[in-house]
Amino acid sequence: MTAVLIDAVSWAFIATGSALVVTGALGLVRMPDFYTRMHPAGVTDTLGADLVLVGMMCQAGLSLVTVKLFLIGAFLFFTSPTSTHAIANAAHVAGLKPGFAEVPKRRPRGTEPGEGER
Amino acid sequence: MFTVTAAAVLAAMVLALVRLYAGPTLYDRVLAANSFGTKTVLLIAVIGFLTDRPDFLDISLLYALINFIGTIAVLKFFRYRTLGDAVDQPGDHQ
Repeated sequence: MTAVLIDAVSWAFIATGSALVVTGALGLVRMPDFYTRMHPAGVTDTLGADLVLVGMMCQAGLSLVTVKLFLIGAFLFFTSPTSTHAIANAAHVAGLKPGFAEVPKRRPRGTEPGEGER
Repeated sequence: MFTVTAAAVLAAMVLALVRLYAGPTLYDRVLAANSFGTKTVLLIAVIGFLTDRPDFLDISLLYALINFIGTIAVLKFFRYRTLGDAVDQPGDHQ
């Protein structure tokens, strides 16, 4: 009974973490601007990675493996936001302005966006 | 289940590579590389569980350390164009 419960909890953690990792990477590709891309990259990486690690901790039980997983998780928990902040600070200091990377061009009157264009 | 997780992390790594290739600015590329490194840590840990070899976690921990230091080093290099003492630049003496 307890084993089944722990299994279910750990699979829930791992599934949520995997979904967060994938959606974060999708946001990294789809977001329009550097400062908006930072959000999916930094936030979902921290939470997604830690959720997957917590799920694996539940699978491993109490052993040295759990300690190592905890160390990886704690390290990621502190360094991932730190490096995201460092990248943002470096971009800001270098003069990168917030704003869309590509401003959509004005179309001549009467022409509709074709297929495959956005 | 771990197979699904590994596949998800691999797909995320491919998406990060797309941003790494397409990123218009340097900082997009650094961000994508950092995200790729975090996913590498995850992938190594998951593969360790998948193949029942928990020794992989040591490698994973090492990757986590190197990833952070590497990101900071790349940012520092592109700001000061040197990895040495950034304060002591030519023409900076009083």
